Amino acid sequence: MALYEPLNIQGLEVELGGKKVVNNVSLNVESGDWLSLIGPNGSGKSSLLRAIAGIIPALGTVNFQGSDLMQTDPRVRAQIVSIVPQIPVVPPRVRVIDYILLGRTPYLGRGFQPTQEDVSLSLSVMEDLNLHDMADRFVTEMSGGERQRVIIARSLVQQPNLLLLDEPTTALDMGHQQEVLELVDQQRKRLGLTVLSAFHDLTLASQYGTSMALLVNGEVTQSGLPHEILTESTLEDIYGANVSVHNDGNRVSIVPKRGNRLKGNSNSNDMG
Amino acid sequence: MDNNKKKQQQEAPAELTSGLVAGAFVILFASILVSLLFGPVSIRPDRIFLEVLSRFPGISIDSGLSTIQEAIVWDVRLPRIVLGLIVGGLLAVAGASYQGVFRNPLADPYLLGVAAGAGLGATIAIVSGATNGEGIFDALPIAAFLGSAIAVAITLAVGGAVGRSTSTASLLLAGVAVASLFTAIQTYIQQRESATLRQVYSWILGRLSTSGWDEVIMILPYAAISLIVMFSMKGALDVLAVGEEEALSLGIRPRRVRWIVIGAASLAAASAVAVSGLIAFVGIIVPHAVRLVVGASNRLVVPLSFFIGASFLILTDLLARTLQSPAELPIGVVTAFFGAPFFLFVLRRRSDGII
Repeated sequence: MALYEPLNIQGLEVELGGKKVVNNVSLNVESGDWLSLIGPNGSGKSSLLRAIAGIIPALGTVNFQGSDLMQTDPRVRAQIVSIVPQIPVVPPRVRVIDYILLGRTPYLGRGFQPTQEDVSLSLSVMEDLNLHDMADRFVTEMSGGERQRVIIARSLVQQPNLLLLDEPTTALDMGHQQEVLELVDQQRKRLGLTVLSAFHDLTLASQYGTSMALLVNGEVTQSGLPHEILTESTLEDIYGANVSVHNDGNRVSIVPKRGNRLKGNSNSNDMG
Repeated sequence: MDNNKKKQQQEAPAELTSGLVAGAFVILFASILVSLLFGPVSIRPDRIFLEVLSRFPGISIDSGLSTIQEAIVWDVRLPRIVLGLIVGGLLAVAGASYQGVFRNPLADPYLLGVAAGAGLGATIAIVSGATNGEGIFDALPIAAFLGSAIAVAITLAVGGAVGRSTSTASLLLAGVAVASLFTAIQTYIQQRESATLRQVYSWILGRLSTSGWDEVIMILPYAAISLIVMFSMKGALDVLAVGEEEALSLGIRPRRVRWIVIGAASLAAASAVAVSGLIAFVGIIVPHAVRLVVGASNRLVVPLSFFIGASFLILTDLLARTLQSPAELPIGVVTAFFGAPFFLFVLRRRSDGII
């Protein structure tokens, strides 16, 4: 069945302002897996996700479930892929239910008037994300954690098979980060979603990713299991960070260390 | 059970319910009726009311109006009311559309050079003495329309070419520059032909004067086309509210939506200006007043703005022609004088104050 075909990205390239920010990226992700994308600021994680979502133009192929997303009509693509942007635009005076229903846009007819089925689906997704009884509130008046769940709800009612998350928890405190990521993981397992997520926090990236890819200057330099990539020497080379890495099975936790930080940095002055 | 119903209401999406439509129609018909009943020529309102009733099929009453009085009601007051309905509706819907597409609460229908272009066109027509024709043959509205169309076309050509980015800022800046240029030329011409200053000035302040149904017939096709297009894009504007990038990821083509809406709204504004001059404030306050009542969804704001804009202009025109009768106040003065305090009042009542 098409649903279980892997995501296959071949030779993806993105140019922004004359600079190649994503360079010849090829990746395979098994259907239903969670790939965590890591890499320093400006390494191209965001651009890669935005290219797959069709927000910015790109060269290459992104084969998913029997079609090349790069050649797919925007409306059809929006029925397959949804993205949780890094900094979503939240318009003023828009109610939660209306905001979440925007996710149904690629399924609606000309007048963009949601049907009763669209509403029921949205309400049940809200239930799944602990957002019951919040339909009538303004999105702008919610807390950070609630707002992030509303945005994820919008991307889930798009009924995607591929969910892209662009540093979805950067603005949240630790507890809300875990809450949001657990909810996404729950939905991934329940619906068989394939998830591609850029991460700032490497510990979270390793804990939720079933696999991981490291981007440096727009290129994938390593891909594999989190504990294979997240080593003390790689983190020093790529991030210029002085850390100790603790392995716990496939998962990894990373603890920053103080002391000879500047020395360590100057030893590896090639940031890529 | 009551709780359940309340919950259902809270969970209902923004939708133009039949209740809202009925309410809008009631407001509009009430405005039309009031404006038919009163005017500078005093005719007994109760007789006009009977006269209106007698025109409904199946009702035959003798209203007791003389032929001249009947003519005043049907051939003087009614065309002017219908013109106010169309112009007010156009300006309000164009304002709502501009605000949606630019995601800016201060956007108004004259934004991209419509006002300055119409002003220059009208000035040229007045100065060259080409305004002696009657109704459809009068050069003034045609010149004003052409002026705004040219100004907006320049703005779009320049601003659109610069603005390959997803931002609309370059378009707005181009609009400001084009408006300055056209206003400068207009001022220059006016200075040289100071005898026509008064006429140009009175045109700029706006008026809804009609000669029979000519103006209505003239504006009707443009009004119909632009309204149909703007109404059809109202849902897309809601998607655009989350920005062009997210709109793209939701399967919309934001640039196409933007050009279509800007084109239709500019056509609406230009045709309104051509027959009525520069009527201030309708395009800004009406959509905002609607938004404060029904929320931000353009699926509601765009169509309801038509009814409220139409009613608002019909009623302000009633004031404009009766307050100092037989003299007429410029309608632009009345819309601003009554519109601004009303708007401040509504704004104050909403404690959140967010538009």
